[in-house]
Amino acid sequence: MDTTASIFMPPGGSTIAGEIDAVFNYILYASTIVFAIVVFSMIFFIAKYRRRGKAGLTSSMDHNIGLEIIWTVIPTILVAIAFFMGFNAYLKLFVVPKDALEVKVTAQKWFWSFEYPEGATSINELVVPSGKAVKLLMSSKDVIHSFFVPDFRIKQDVLPNRYSMIWFEAPNVGEHNLFCAEYCGTKHSEMIGKVKVLPEREYNDWLEANSTVGEGMSLEDLGAKLYVSRACVTCHNIDGKAGNGPSFRGIFGEPVKLVGGSQAMVDENYIRKSILVPQADVVAGYQNIMPTYQGLLKERDVDALVAYIKSLKK
Amino acid sequence: MKDVKMDITAGRNYLNETKGWKSWAFTLDHKRIGILYLASITVAFFLGGIFAMLIRLELMHPGRDIMGPDTYNQIFTLHGAVMIFLFIIPGIPAALGNFTLPLLIGAKDVAFPRLNLTSYYIYVVGAIFGIYSMVTGAIDTGWTFYTPYSTQTSTGVVSMTLAAFILGFSSIFTGLNFIVTIHKLRAPGMTWFKMPLFVWALYATAIIQVVATPVLGITLLLLILERVFSIGIFDPAMGGDPVLFQHFFWFYSHPAVYIMILPGMGIISELISVFSHKKIFGYNAIAFSSLGIAFISFLVWGHHMFVSGQSELAGMIFSFLTFLVGIPSGIKIFNWLATMYKGSISFETPMLYALSFLFLFTIGGLTGMFLGAMATDVHLHDTYFVVAHFHYVMMGGTVMAFLGGIHYWWPKMFGKTYNYFWSVVAAILIFIGFNMTFFTQFILGSKGMPRRYYNYLDQYQPLHAFSSVGSWVLGLGFLIMAVYLIHSLLKGKPVGNNPWGGLTLEWTTSSPPPTENFSETPKILHGPYDYDKIAVEPSI
Repeated sequence: MDTTASIFMPPGGSTIAGEIDAVFNYILYASTIVFAIVVFSMIFFIAKYRRRGKAGLTSSMDHNIGLEIIWTVIPTILVAIAFFMGFNAYLKLFVVPKDALEVKVTAQKWFWSFEYPEGATSINELVVPSGKAVKLLMSSKDVIHSFFVPDFRIKQDVLPNRYSMIWFEAPNVGEHNLFCAEYCGTKHSEMIGKVKVLPEREYNDWLEANSTVGEGMSLEDLGAKLYVSRACVTCHNIDGKAGNGPSFRGIFGEPVKLVGGSQAMVDENYIRKSILVPQADVVAGYQNIMPTYQGLLKERDVDALVAYIKSLKK
Repeated sequence: MKDVKMDITAGRNYLNETKGWKSWAFTLDHKRIGILYLASITVAFFLGGIFAMLIRLELMHPGRDIMGPDTYNQIFTLHGAVMIFLFIIPGIPAALGNFTLPLLIGAKDVAFPRLNLTSYYIYVVGAIFGIYSMVTGAIDTGWTFYTPYSTQTSTGVVSMTLAAFILGFSSIFTGLNFIVTIHKLRAPGMTWFKMPLFVWALYATAIIQVVATPVLGITLLLLILERVFSIGIFDPAMGGDPVLFQHFFWFYSHPAVYIMILPGMGIISELISVFSHKKIFGYNAIAFSSLGIAFISFLVWGHHMFVSGQSELAGMIFSFLTFLVGIPSGIKIFNWLATMYKGSISFETPMLYALSFLFLFTIGGLTGMFLGAMATDVHLHDTYFVVAHFHYVMMGGTVMAFLGGIHYWWPKMFGKTYNYFWSVVAAILIFIGFNMTFFTQFILGSKGMPRRYYNYLDQYQPLHAFSSVGSWVLGLGFLIMAVYLIHSLLKGKPVGNNPWGGLTLEWTTSSPPPTENFSETPKILHGPYDYDKIAVEPSI
């Protein structure tokens, strides 16, 4: 679909993109013409009527009904067309086809999680089949975020107290950027992901594999994988440097100071509790900002993360 | 205060009549209060400008250049808050308006001189709160203070919103003062339709200031109540509604952009007519379009919320009204162009800014169409396209008009000339630097680059770098301006009463004017733009 890309717009990746771009291009052409008229007359006038010598008396022309009607009516018609085109295409963005596949989107500081019909989940990567309408039912766990896929020309705020909806259909296989477009704090610009469009068969395979991910993998390897795919990496480093949260390197088996002055030992249960009930024991010097992973990780996933953190020796 | 003898002896003026800091700190003279405002907003502008340069430096490359993400979030918030609340809202009305309004209508002062001084000190108190907030944990919410982020962040939301709340009163008092002044203090013979168009613009602005600002005050007060007493109004965690905040906020803040641009349009009407030496085209159309814009501006706030989950019907009405409010602005552009037709155009520095304004504001206005059309707004909302559009309107529009106004009334304010050559160099650098910085951002935004991003994908880097280089050109232009204006204050040559050959009343009195403005009550012998009837030679 690279043919739809222009100086301004990125390549279109959804069925609606062409229509949005048509509105964009109409306004672009109309405003370029108006702009050219304004600038051309300005340059023409300042060249032709520049002051030579003394100013003297000038023309008393101070109105011209014909001209004024023209420059009121023509712009009004131009913007009326823009209004109707814009409204028309907007409605299509928000009227969801009946047979759409539904994915639940949850936004929180600072990652996206997706839940699919068959119980599969993913983080920061929305996987969808090509050629099928996908409806996103979205809500936020904390502040307002906004789901924005430039290639699809869709954007919708994600609110903490109600569901919001948007839909798209990606006709072609490919990968597209996903951004959070509503400012949400420290890692707002890291709250980005991908939309991966797969052929329907591969999508079904992915769904199946995803609900059984990690079988046949060692716990440590699975943990390393989850560390990235479940976005632990956004806040926790493994190089010993502090991020928004403590680094994982070398913490296992060591005591740790908590907010409030008490101490805890980093053992299996401490890690498990920190993943599922993160607000219970916050390490001193850090803010209580980690969301709970309750429901986002399976039992074996938690085991795997524990094993992975254990493996990160000093 | 007023000299009852009315003997204008040579060399006596509002600047030298009384001396000492008290004569400034307790002055009731609108001209001195205007100068106090001008000095204060200039400081604010340079402070906001430094924040802007830091933002552009940080965005040279993806990832960290000079600061971490939390600092960056504070810096872009402070850039917005300082520029909006401390510079651009008080900018033209309180500084240039205060100085010129009584002169333009042939009055001795504004209607309520004490209220005028009060409003200045309220501004100072608000500014002190703002600076206190910056020093003690600067706010990181963006200048829009969106809930529930602003309810939950640990930074100084209360002190900064309190600052904006206080500044609002300053704005209301100035507006109130101007409305009464325009109604009651016009010189005999100056009918409504003989007023200079800048006065019409200030009048329309004052109406918005008085009517809309209280809504912002209440909104910010509610936000403070929510944070301090945990009363759930906007935060859903306490049973509030975050979108309600957006409605309240934009109900003020959209009309507020017209508080920012309308006075600028007024200045442009003066400049184009004087430097084209030509009767203004469509006086009534320009005057009434100011009032029309002021009225419709109250009904378009929802166009900031097309993707907020607002109903499609509401969105449609807001989109329609948004396009409607664009028409009067377009009419003004055509009127200014028609004024130049068959004129006698000179390229003095203020005119260069007026021409910059026409070029940049036209782009700003036309790109508003992309955002007013709902379908394209969905894609462009909260991207750099909005940032670019906003800066083309506010900086390309209001700031260019403000700079034009400064250069236009400078000789009247201080009785001195500035260096023409360097002023042209600065104007050109500012024009080029501005376009480099912000035109690139239209492309960045439509390519999908979201705003308020500390980090970004590599694909956006070349455009970001170009934009940052543009900001240096822009900054250089302003530095040169600062140097030649300070030089003018210290060593500028004295100037005559009417250096531009203008027909409005301020050019009939001396430069700088005496404290009481005019030696006797001015008589209105002609309209403000009768260049077809009266030949006035510039007096240097």
